[in-house]
This record gives sequence, C-alpha cells and structure tokens, in this order.
Amino acid sequence: MSENQEIKEKRTQSEVGMIVKVSGPLVVAKGMAGSKMFDMVRVSEQRLLGEIIGLAGDEAAIQVYEETAGIGPGEPVFPSHEPLSVELGPGLIESIYDGVQRPLDVVRSVAGDFISRGVEVPGLNRDRKWYFKPIVKAGDEVEPGDVIGEVEETTLIRHRIMVPPGVGGELVEIREGEWTINDTIAVLRTRDRTVNLTMMQRWPVRVPRPVKERLAPNMPLLTGQRVIDSFFPVAKGGTACVPGPFGSGKTVIQHQLAKWADAEVVIFVGCGERGNEMTDVLLEFPKLEDPRSGEPLMKRTVLIANTSNMPVAAREASVYTAVTIGEYFRDMGYAVALQADSTSRWAEAMREISGRLEEMPGEEGYPAYLAGRIAEFYERAGRVRCLGRYQGREQEGSLTVIGSVSPPGGDLNDPVVQATLRVVKVFWSLEDKLAFARHFPAISWLRSYSLYAESLAPVMDRLAGAGYGANCREALAILQREAELEEVVRLVGKDTLGGNERLILEVARSIREDFLHQNAFDPVDSFSSLKKQALILEMILRFYHGARQALERGDDINRIEKLPVREKIARMKFLEESELENRFKEIEAELEAELKGAA
Amino acid sequence: MIKEYRSVSSVSGPLLVVEGVSGVKYAELVEIRLPSGERRRGQVLEVNRDRALVQVFEGTRGIDVPKAGVRFLGRGIELAVSEEMLGRVFDGLGAPRDGGPPIIPKQRLDINGAPINPCAREYPNEFIQTGISAIDGLNTLVRGQKLPIFSGTGLPHNRLAAQIARQAKVLGKEERFAVVFAAMGITFEEAQFFIDDFTRSGALSRTVLFLNLADEPAIERIATPRTALTCAEYLAFELGMHVLVILTDMTNYCEALREISAARKEVPGRRGYPGYLYTDLASIYERCGRIKDRTGSITMIPILTMPEDDKTHPIPDLTGYITEGQIILSRAMHLKNIAPPIDVLPSLSRLKDKGIGAGKTREDHADLFNQLYACYARGKEAEELQVILGEAALTELDRLYIDFARTFERRYIAQGEYENRSIETTLNLGWELLSVFPKSELKRVRPALLEKYYPK
Repeated sequence: MSENQEIKEKRTQSEVGMIVKVSGPLVVAKGMAGSKMFDMVRVSEQRLLGEIIGLAGDEAAIQVYEETAGIGPGEPVFPSHEPLSVELGPGLIESIYDGVQRPLDVVRSVAGDFISRGVEVPGLNRDRKWYFKPIVKAGDEVEPGDVIGEVEETTLIRHRIMVPPGVGGELVEIREGEWTINDTIAVLRTRDRTVNLTMMQRWPVRVPRPVKERLAPNMPLLTGQRVIDSFFPVAKGGTACVPGPFGSGKTVIQHQLAKWADAEVVIFVGCGERGNEMTDVLLEFPKLEDPRSGEPLMKRTVLIANTSNMPVAAREASVYTAVTIGEYFRDMGYAVALQADSTSRWAEAMREISGRLEEMPGEEGYPAYLAGRIAEFYERAGRVRCLGRYQGREQEGSLTVIGSVSPPGGDLNDPVVQATLRVVKVFWSLEDKLAFARHFPAISWLRSYSLYAESLAPVMDRLAGAGYGANCREALAILQREAELEEVVRLVGKDTLGGNERLILEVARSIREDFLHQNAFDPVDSFSSLKKQALILEMILRFYHGARQALERGDDINRIEKLPVREKIARMKFLEESELENRFKEIEAELEAELKGAA
Repeated sequence: MIKEYRSVSSVSGPLLVVEGVSGVKYAELVEIRLPSGERRRGQVLEVNRDRALVQVFEGTRGIDVPKAGVRFLGRGIELAVSEEMLGRVFDGLGAPRDGGPPIIPKQRLDINGAPINPCAREYPNEFIQTGISAIDGLNTLVRGQKLPIFSGTGLPHNRLAAQIARQAKVLGKEERFAVVFAAMGITFEEAQFFIDDFTRSGALSRTVLFLNLADEPAIERIATPRTALTCAEYLAFELGMHVLVILTDMTNYCEALREISAARKEVPGRRGYPGYLYTDLASIYERCGRIKDRTGSITMIPILTMPEDDKTHPIPDLTGYITEGQIILSRAMHLKNIAPPIDVLPSLSRLKDKGIGAGKTREDHADLFNQLYACYARGKEAEELQVILGEAALTELDRLYIDFARTFERRYIAQGEYENRSIETTLNLGWELLSVFPKSELKRVRPALLEKYYPK
C-alpha cells in the first residue's frame, strides 16, 4: 500500500463507517470512532436515516428509521455529527409529518402513494415566502427567546419569531418583508461575533428547550367534554393519561380533545396507530370549525403520523419530535396541547429496539429504563415563564401533554400504565363495560381522578358561576352512593329500598345518561360550553333537591320517577347554546309546578 | 453465477446458521439445496459480519449440516402477479398447487409491500351490505375496513365468513369484485368447505386461494398472508378491483412467529410471543384500505380463534388494537342455537359512523343502533339480576327489557346462514322490536327521528 493510498484509506475510514450487522431496524457499524450518542447517520448508499443509540469501541449501534431489507455488511454508514433535530419555524402549522419530521404530503408527491425508502425532504418548505413584520428595531438589545417579529402563519396562529436560545446582543439590522425561512431577517452583534438570524431554528429532539422558570398550573384546559371539565379537569400545562382496553373509545376521546380543547396550538401524534384514523383527522380537521374563532381547526394543528406499519424506530422518535415542536410554540407564549395516541406503541418500539440490542429486560421484556423515559417525556409538559420578552413583557406559555395508553387486555398492571400513572396528575380510566352499554365517553366516574380538581376549583367557579364546584362534588357523591346501593340491590332487590334511596338511583341514572353521556358524533352535543355543563348539572340537582322535599312531604316516589319534565331535562344536552338560558327558565318553572302537583 | 455456500454451521428449529458469507443482505431470499436434489426456500433474519441467520420456510427436517448447499438469491421474496391468478389455487409462497400452469407474470412484487402513506389514504366510508343484521345494523362494515372475527374453537366462524363473502355488496353499484383467501394452518376440511362454498355460489372464478394447510410447513405461514396481500394489492390498486381478503386462522400465524422467536432465543413478551408481535401484525392488517384516485379497495376479514375464548390473550388483544373493530362470536349464544352467534355487546365497527346515515343507509341508523345497543345491554343486565334474585325482585320495566333482549336475539341476530336481509329490512326490524318500549324510554334517539320512525 502506498503512502497516498494509506492516507486516503485513513480519511475515508474516519469519515465513513461500515456495516457489520443488520437485524431488523438495528444496524451495527464499525469505524464510527468520531461519533457521539444520538448522532444522526445515513445508512448505506440509499441514505436511510438512522440514529446512534449505543457505542462500544469504534462500533456504533444504530436504529434505522426506515425499512432495512436489502441492506448488508460491508455497506457504508455516513455520520453527520449532529443529533436528531427538528426544524422549527413558519410552516409547521397544518403540516402532517412522519416520526422524523418528513412532511408526508411532500413525500407522497416525491415517492407516490406508498412510502419508499431514502426519501430526503426537509421538514419546512424552503421556497415558500412569509411576510415578516418586525416588532423590535435595529439598535435594540435582545436576549435569547425575545420575540423580534411576527409572521401570520394561518388565520389563527401568529408565528412569533424568536431569538434562538443561547444567542443575544445588539440588533444591527432587521428586515421587514417577504422572506423564505432561510433568508436572513436580522443581524445580531454578540460580544464576539455577528450572527445572521433566519426564521428557522433547529433543535435536538431529545433535549428540552430552556425556559426562565417553571410554574404551577393554574388554569383549566377546557375541553367541552362534560365528564372531563366537570369531574376530572386537566390544567393548562398539566399531564393526563387515558388508559383503556381496545374498543373503549380512547381514540375518539383524543380526537375530541384535539378538536375542542381551548389550546391555541394542538399537536396530535398518531404513534403506532391505525392509518385510517390519521386519514380521518386529515380529512375532518380542515372542515371542523373552532367553536371560539369559527376558523377551521386545522389552522392551529400540527399532525404527526407514524402509523403502526411504518418503521418502528421512527415511532420511537415521533413523540420527541412532537414534544419539541410543542415546546417551541410554548416558548412563544402560547397554550399548547399535545396528544399522543398511543404511548404504549412508543414503549413497544423501545422494547423492540432494546431486545435487538440484547439488553437485560425489565418487566414484560420492556427495557429497565422504561419508567425513566416515560417520566422524562411527561416532565416536558408544564406552565412556564418563557425565555425573553414579547413587546417588552415577559410571558407565560404552557404545554399540556395527554397520552393514551393501550394496556394489554385492558390490564392496568401493565408496566407502561404503572410508569405513566406515577407521573401524570389526571387519570381518565376507560371501562369496556361502559363502552358495551354505549355509554360514551366511557370514562369511569368511580376510578378516574384529577389532582387538579381542587386547585382549579376557584377558577372553575369563576368561569361557570358560583356553586358549580359544589354541584360537581355533590353529583360525584351521588354516583358513589349509587355504586353502594347497587350492591344492595344486587343482594336483596330494588323493592326493599326506601323512597330516598330509590331517588338516589334515579338521579344517579340521570347524571349518567343526561349529563355524562355525550355523543361525539352529534353536531350539538359534541361540544358543551362550561356554562351549558353547569346549567344541566344544576337542573338535575334541582330535581334531586326538589324531589327530596316532596318525598318528605309524603309524595310518592313512583310519581316522581315519572314526571314528564324529566324527559326535558334529559334532552337539555341537545339544546343549542343560544336557546339554553330561556329553556332553562321554562324547565325550571315546569319542574316546580310538577313537583308541587300532588302535594 | 450465484455462489453456493456449504458452510452451514448449525441448525436449530427452523433456523440455519451459515458461516463465511459475504455480500449477504438483510431479508434476502435463500435457496437451500439438499443432497437429494430437494430445494427449500428461506429468508435472512439477521446478518452479523460473515454469519447469516436463515429461517427455512419448509422446516429444517432432513437437512444434513455438511451437505446442504445454500445460495443467497440477491432479492427479497417476490410474487409473480397477473390477472390470471383469479380462480387459481397457490401454496403459501405463491407456487401453483392446483396442477395448473405457472403464472406468466405481469409484475414481480416484493411480498412485504410498502406502507401506504397516510396522506394517500382515502377514508373508508362506503357501506357494504352483508345481508346480516347484526353486522349491517350494529357493526357496519365499510369498504377498506379491516374487521376481524374473534371466534373460539368449534364456533361457526367459517360459515359466517363464507356468508359475508357470498352476500357482500355495495348498494347501487356494479363493480369488479374479487376474493383473496389465505389459509394458514387450517385443516383440509376447513379449506375444502370454503372452496365448495365458493364453487356453489359461483364465486370461485373471481377468487384467488393461498393455502398452507395444517400438515404443511409451519414457517411458510409467516409468508402466506403477505403473499395473499401482495396479490390483493395488485388486484385492487393496479387493476381497480374491490377485493375482500379473508385470512384464517391468524392464531396459527402467530404461533409460527412465536416458534421463530423462540428459536432465535429472543426475550419473549406476553405468553412467549415476541415483543414485536404488534408491529408484525400491523404490517399485515394495515395493508388494507383505499387510496385516493384509485378505484380499487382492500377490505379485510381476518379470522382468529381465541385460545380458551379469552379476549385478553395477546393475539386477539393486539389484533383489536390494530383493526377497526371486531366481530365476536359467543359460545353461550352458539349453544342457544343462535346463528350466527354474534355477541353484539363487545363487537364493534369503528368505521360505521362514516358509512351510515342519510344517503348511505338511512338517517335514523346511528340513533337506532345506539338505542338498540343500550336497550339490549340493559336487558342483559336485568337478566343477570333475575338469575341472582329471581323473577319477583324485578320491576315491570326490567321485565320489559328482558323480554326485549330475548326477542332481539331470536329475531334480529338469529337470522340463519342463508337469509340475506336488505338494510331497509334490518332497520325496520329494529324499530319494530323497539316499539315495545314507550317513547320516553328511547332517550338515545333524537326527538325528530323518534317522531318519524317510531311505529304508529
């Protein structure tokens, strides 16, 4: 070997690794000495995207985000020396991405109806121009996170362009006008250099974005779902999980929350779920109107779809991609809601990769670091004081994370459920028994909980009217009492119950059927304002109190059970918001008259 | 010239290890030649430096370590496809087994397919009338849906599948329709039942069968559903046909997968099934659907027998998480002579909401099925109470619900194997049965519809 050749050999070796092993989505390559953990690489001449997840000597274990059939030892691996990152900037909203931020609509136009391999497309459109409107001027001092200007990304989202974390100094220049995300929009002089700012930032997905301070959540994320808002509310910046067996309506609940939650930005991750469900979201969201603004819901939504048949490693990455995009919008001062459906598939992806790495398994074959990863993920939620200022003021943003869990056989002892319950504050327990009886949403009122209920109670009373919190608590107590009475009924029959107890059963049934039951597919019932929720509950409890007094006066429970007004109460949930108050007064009057009737 | 290796170092279960190889690719097709001249096929499961791990579809029996010759063919497993496949019978890897000539391929397709881009999917919303009330009325099937039948040993799932294949149609349309049938590890008798039924109804000429029977190599079952789906994709997305794919029995498929996993000494998940069972099943089930701007569609009915009728067993459990609902057969109902014994309470079609209603079935369909479900569920609950407490403890209303539940099972569900009901008939029957209740009990129906359809 001549000297020249040797040098050349050495150089290629230091720049390009070589595959020695392929086992499904896991590839091992040698000659990777210069690379770090979680660096991105390109595998083989087909340039499949991968990420380093283990290093030993000069060998790297790589999880590959694309199908590896046809790849073998001897083929090259190209290191990038950069961690897996996402592109952040105008163009995120209304996009649909795969787990590693490839826009699926662009992939389709490049590669056709089926996803083929080695398609390299950037996350954000490079050609599209956005109108950048500065809100600071040259000469201003800016610090990391400061909003320097805005772009009207959609009719709902004003995209605030921020100084990236870690950069600060004096603005030398700032340029209003139509720019692409790669054009320089501002020039910054830091202590030792000048930096050209563009509208795009890159951020590694596995690293949380910095904030000034973390704060305790203090506002509810209103969802328009009665059982959630009234009984088990989640706070903006809080965490919630929805475990349940298949067929219990997890996905419908996630869709309902994505549609109606009063967040400013919604990020929906279909992680290892059904392809048709993502299509449903894709087709439906552009048509659905946001109840607050009247604009299509899609105009505030980012979708991430890594369906169950797409490569498993990209599924592992998808939740990180999503949460990073969520943090980015949070940093602008927005309230962001992230929905992950389902985190079990994400955990399974971890398990599969871990198995291929031949790591010592923990419970049920899941890796021992499962609980740690889950906790880290949910910890990225929160209400925060953002870095920097917007129009001279500090701002607060929040990122709410709601994950569904699909435990095998609906068994809550599943390691993923248990690890999740240890970190989340709200638990919506879905029961298949309720689903069979077509009680939707099938959230159990006996087993679910919200640790925010208490701290949010004063705010809820302010929003829905005084007494609302007390009503919610009373209704829950009635349902608890019903469960106890049911036991008695099962043993000795209904006839042995006294009038008061039978009334409890009737009222509980009314709370279940007329209040908690909510039809996601009915145009009116799908979304219930807090006011409407409060009024329905108020009416049911008025019936309860009125009926109790009537019973004390010696009225007959059989008559009270059959009062005609009860059907009107049952139909209140189908009333339009506009006619609600008038009808409430009418029903109120009828109720009083009918209760007096016989007495 | 492809190199032949004679360096098999070990055989364990269905797996071979070949040493000293070079240029071998992951998932490559392998040909193994025995001294007797017999050829077997296999696939590379892992390649580590110069060692390749190969799974042998026909099993490793009779393989003599020093004498077996192994060739790596440089391509994945492919299926030769053409329209001529209709009416023919193939083995699990796509070779003819009906004595007919080989297929002259229009195309050769990798049997693993590629995932459909979610952006390219068309949402399934065309109602398929199966003529079976328990399905049409309560668990509506739509084109492009995957709706499995969860059954148990000895239950008539095959009859139900055959009835669906026989009666299924989309209202008011004349289109090209085909059935792709994949048998994995079922008995000759069961396979013959389907062939006879297809022959009688004249469907055989538009059916493609892929058979891997109980006495045939178990590992070939890993390829069988993929072969069948490759054929279905060709018929649907290239030739524009509406294809109904029946896969039976997925339990046998999963067992073959477990065998491979055990032989590889992988860390097992639940009940010894590999941790990637979900992903693997998804790579089969998710191949069904519709694609924008293409006429054809793939609708899938996988059949699986639940071990011990246990719905929480990993196979039905993971299937249920991927498919868009499930039809569950009940042993108790079968014993009561209700045919088909569809247990409607835990059964579900997730896509029904988009496939029913005005313009598709009828405007009252959604409210009606919610009401039927609720009433039937309440009737069943009351029936349980009755068993514990006796008749006397029930209220008049409870008794009404029990009566309803019984009539509902007898008239609505138990329609028999050869009755083909139109959707109108099914819906009207629903209202007729509900008319035993006063209007005030029917809370799940919107008032306007109640006025219009409640029998006078």
